[in-house]
Amino acid sequence: MTLKLQVNGVEQTLDVDPEMPLLWVLRDVLNLTGTKYGCGQALCGACTVHVDGRVVRSCVTPVRRAEGRAVTTIEGLSADASHPLQRAWIALGVPQCGFCQAGQIMTAAGFLAQTPKPTDDEIDRSMAGNVCRCGTYPRIRAAIRKAAGIADE
Amino acid sequence: MKRVVGGVALVLAQGAWACAGPSSAPPPQAAKTPPPVASAELRTPAFFEATFSDRAERSRALFLEATRVLLHPRCVNCHPAGDSPMQGDPPHVHDPPVWRGPEDRGVVGMECTSCHQQHNLELARVPGAPTWRLAPAVMAWAGQSAHRICEQLKDAARNGGRTLQRIVEHAANDDLVAWGWAPGAGRTPAPGTQALFGDIVRAWVDSGAECPAEEASR
Repeated sequence: MTLKLQVNGVEQTLDVDPEMPLLWVLRDVLNLTGTKYGCGQALCGACTVHVDGRVVRSCVTPVRRAEGRAVTTIEGLSADASHPLQRAWIALGVPQCGFCQAGQIMTAAGFLAQTPKPTDDEIDRSMAGNVCRCGTYPRIRAAIRKAAGIADE
Repeated sequence: MKRVVGGVALVLAQGAWACAGPSSAPPPQAAKTPPPVASAELRTPAFFEATFSDRAERSRALFLEATRVLLHPRCVNCHPAGDSPMQGDPPHVHDPPVWRGPEDRGVVGMECTSCHQQHNLELARVPGAPTWRLAPAVMAWAGQSAHRICEQLKDAARNGGRTLQRIVEHAANDDLVAWGWAPGAGRTPAPGTQALFGDIVRAWVDSGAECPAEEASR
């Protein structure tokens, strides 16, 4: 079955099973490997992308849900790593092993787009589903605050 | 092993006496003892018609039967007392942690539909149905008595502006309600069938939509 969707601004026509997880389409069909496979059960957040600006877990999202919509992955967040979150991530050296960080940034980007000046409580609630085995949570929160232009405490 | 649910008439009688108070309590009389029913089954409206000749008493008994669905984990887990849903049976707090948000659909980045699709995912075990969301806080059922749930369902300010007829239709036909009987592997379905549940709610409305006493239990 042929599906059409836009991925990082590029129109894609795909001959795939409509029930195939979006994550598999991104990684195995389009070779966009920045989005990671973590748990496969929507429990860790490593596979987070945007569909029409909404945060979704691509490991459990059938690709047909993205048909005719715009998908944004970590590769499409900016052309040159200039998104405020990416700059903040680099400035604060947030990643440790780095595996979860694409998902962390994509959740944070969707969150900041709708909550430009969040409180710490809002940050914690929206980021609660993105797990980091290295425990970089304090740096993640600090980077989100920095990207939002919130002064250090 | 099948679990069974005890007699409706007996608990109704106890509740009625407690509500009436000592001065007006009727003399003890033998309570009707309907046959037990398996936990996975619902009694039929015909059963209540045959068992309770008094219309109001029958209506209250029908509502108590309906609460076996309303307070089943498949339903009450998303009618929580607080701002976070429960999951599983026995219920435990949803993992990963989520909050209802301003529209009962989660917070940005952790919306219900960030993970839940329009159908169950058998491999990932993520449950799903159309319009997956939390019930509004005013429709909290967890920890509530049958009496309070009944009063809430009849209150247009707390039932989504529904008439009793629309409540019947919601119970009998709503896609999200239907999920309770097709919850996917590892989750106990609500008792009976959605059609029978709809019949019970319809019979409750048709018999006057009476509410059980505060002390009555399933």
